[in-house]
Amino acid sequence: MTRIFIPRDSAALACGADEVAEALAAQARARGLALEIVRNGSRGMFWLEPLVEVETPAGRIGYGPVAPEDVAGLIAAGFPAAPAHPLALGPVAEIAFLKRQTRFTFARCGLTDPLSLADYRAHGGYRGLARALSLGAAETVEEVVRSGLRGRGGAGFPTGVKWKTVREARGARKYVVCNADEGDSGTFADRMIMEGDPFALIEGMTIAAFATGAAKGYIYVRSEYPDAIAAMNAAIGLARGAGLLGPDVMAGGFAFDLEVRKGAGSYVCGEETAMLESLEGKRGMVRAKPPLPAHKGLFGQPSVINNLVSFASVPFILAEGAKAYADVGFGRSRGTMPIQLAGNIRHGGLYEIAFGVSLGELIDEVGGGTASGRPVRAVQAGGPLGAYFPRALFDTPYDYEAFAARDGLIGHGGLVVFDDTVDMARQARFAMEFCALESCGKCTPCRIGSVRGMEVMDRLIAGENRSANLALLRDLCNTMKWGSLCAMGGFTPYPVMSALTHFPEDFGPHSLPAAAE
Amino acid sequence: MTRYAPWNEGRASEIISAHLAEEGPALPILHALQEEFGCIPREAEPLVAHALNITRAEMHGVVTFYHEFRAHPPGRHVLRLCRAEACQSMGGERLAASLLDRLGIDWGETTADGALTVEPVFCLGLCATAPSAMLDERVKGRLTPAKLDHLVAEARGA
Ligand SMILES: Cc1cc2nc3c(=O)[nH]c(=O)nc-3n(C[C@H](O)[C@H](O)[C@H](O)COP(=O)(O)O)c2cc1C
Ligand code: SF4
Ligand code: FES
Repeated sequence: MTRIFIPRDSAALACGADEVAEALAAQARARGLALEIVRNGSRGMFWLEPLVEVETPAGRIGYGPVAPEDVAGLIAAGFPAAPAHPLALGPVAEIAFLKRQTRFTFARCGLTDPLSLADYRAHGGYRGLARALSLGAAETVEEVVRSGLRGRGGAGFPTGVKWKTVREARGARKYVVCNADEGDSGTFADRMIMEGDPFALIEGMTIAAFATGAAKGYIYVRSEYPDAIAAMNAAIGLARGAGLLGPDVMAGGFAFDLEVRKGAGSYVCGEETAMLESLEGKRGMVRAKPPLPAHKGLFGQPSVINNLVSFASVPFILAEGAKAYADVGFGRSRGTMPIQLAGNIRHGGLYEIAFGVSLGELIDEVGGGTASGRPVRAVQAGGPLGAYFPRALFDTPYDYEAFAARDGLIGHGGLVVFDDTVDMARQARFAMEFCALESCGKCTPCRIGSVRGMEVMDRLIAGENRSANLALLRDLCNTMKWGSLCAMGGFTPYPVMSALTHFPEDFGPHSLPAAAE
Repeated sequence: MTRYAPWNEGRASEIISAHLAEEGPALPILHALQEEFGCIPREAEPLVAHALNITRAEMHGVVTFYHEFRAHPPGRHVLRLCRAEACQSMGGERLAASLLDRLGIDWGETTADGALTVEPVFCLGLCATAPSAMLDERVKGRLTPAKLDHLVAEARGA
């Protein structure tokens, strides 16, 4: 029986993976081929999806991107051994995009059957939790502190420090909340873990619960991810059945259970306090801090809230030791980041690498430039609240501080590439429009400022009264930046001002010299 | 054929009770109601408000806060087209505009035959296979005008 891998990741499904699996199964039946089709997660090389892999004694051999109509031809060429077929890629592990990565958090993603606990364990799963149990709760928190792991949701706050606060906080009960709202355009790392290695999240959250003394966890997943929600629910059921969730987790003497909650199409509910409100059944209005969620979070109880990738990074840290994680990285950014290459890019996908790689290397070398074949003009880093980088800043190292020094942010690790047909004034307008659409409405600079910002951009695009409108735009951005309660209103000026600063030519000829910074 | 049940107070009450033991049950209840009725019917709001012991105004505030909850049932199929940046970079806006134009509807509207509602969505996590869409709960990537037409024809024929 030859094992064939065809991803169940939704990016693969969106490109026809189910149809390919069906066509292959039908051909196998018709020709009496002994094939076992495993639906794995994605390796994250989305330009090759659907990527069909064949297990051989010499490792896994890839074919891709395979369309359903390619299947008959592949079989005719000798599949599962069709090295001469034009879609043959050779050994998958040797593909440069994969080979150059340092996969700590995504080590299993794409390799295993996401819903097989046996597979998860065979690839190192639950070694992290076992070590945590042997270290004890306090030392587990210290291990996460020592790893230098910073939150992967955007703000980059040290995860271990957050856990310590919750551990020391007092409450009738405590919660662990996973932020899987993943609203940023250009990001899909959370989704890939949920669909491709869901036990990694379960294990990471279980370690967090053990370390902080929480008994209940919620995973808040955006409703735009139905496949991820289904996979997560299935994995939770399997973990419960195996005693890995429930009243006595791994016979370690502590109780922890998990529940998936579905968002409802609100971007601002990715902000942690808005998320808590939403979980409590309210409008997703941002809360003023203090109190910190670590002190008074969900239902007023001490709560750990972390991004999904933060949690999913923890099993590796516990299993391999904090040092193994902290040994790679750049400056204060320790460990690896699953960078997501998206938009108009030739080799789009997930690229996990130690911090410090330059933006230019990521876009030009790893990503191979644009999908359209035209020159790269701008890269939006860190989602809709992130800055647009021009080629002139491609030497920026991928690092929280280095991006901040250039008025940008790495956010959740998304990079969206635009070619030279992009109109940056329209992108600036979109940033304002998105803020207007998603503002929770609590503060005026964000709620009203974004609407005014759209109007100003409309006038600029129409070529009306440029210098006055540019002055107004700068003024508005300043007010939003300093007068907003959260990063929704506070960071929307990043895409707007970076577009204006680096691409003034798109804001009309008169704006060039006069627009003094 | 419509996919959704007509308003039925008894059924709504059952759905609400089924979730009341959960912590913070409002969103799970609203999702379940929308799954049944295709929207959050006006008549449902006082029922949920009563069950959760909050005012009708508060309940209405919750329902209207979330983009996902509809006031009216959609057509037999819902096509959600991504309008976020990564899809923009691959021509998603042009693709969407031309489709809406040909269907003669705007965002959120339903074709005259009741077959298809087209809604905007801001990112489906398919940003490296853009432009992307979701037809009901089926994800679609690398859309071209021809592929999109095919999807639409399929939905309108079914
Ligand atoms: C408007 C807005 C949207 C956000 N969206 C997300 C999101 O989708 N996912 C996420 O993990 N964090 C998001 N954040 C950041 C969270 O507020 C919070 O910093 C994060 O969940 C903390 O986890 P971490 O420390 O592990 O990063 C958002 C913040 C803002 C202001
Ligand atoms: S900045 Fe915007 S989203 Fe954030 S709290 Fe204020 S109004 Fe709400
Ligand atoms: S931006 Fe369209 S799928 Fe992410």
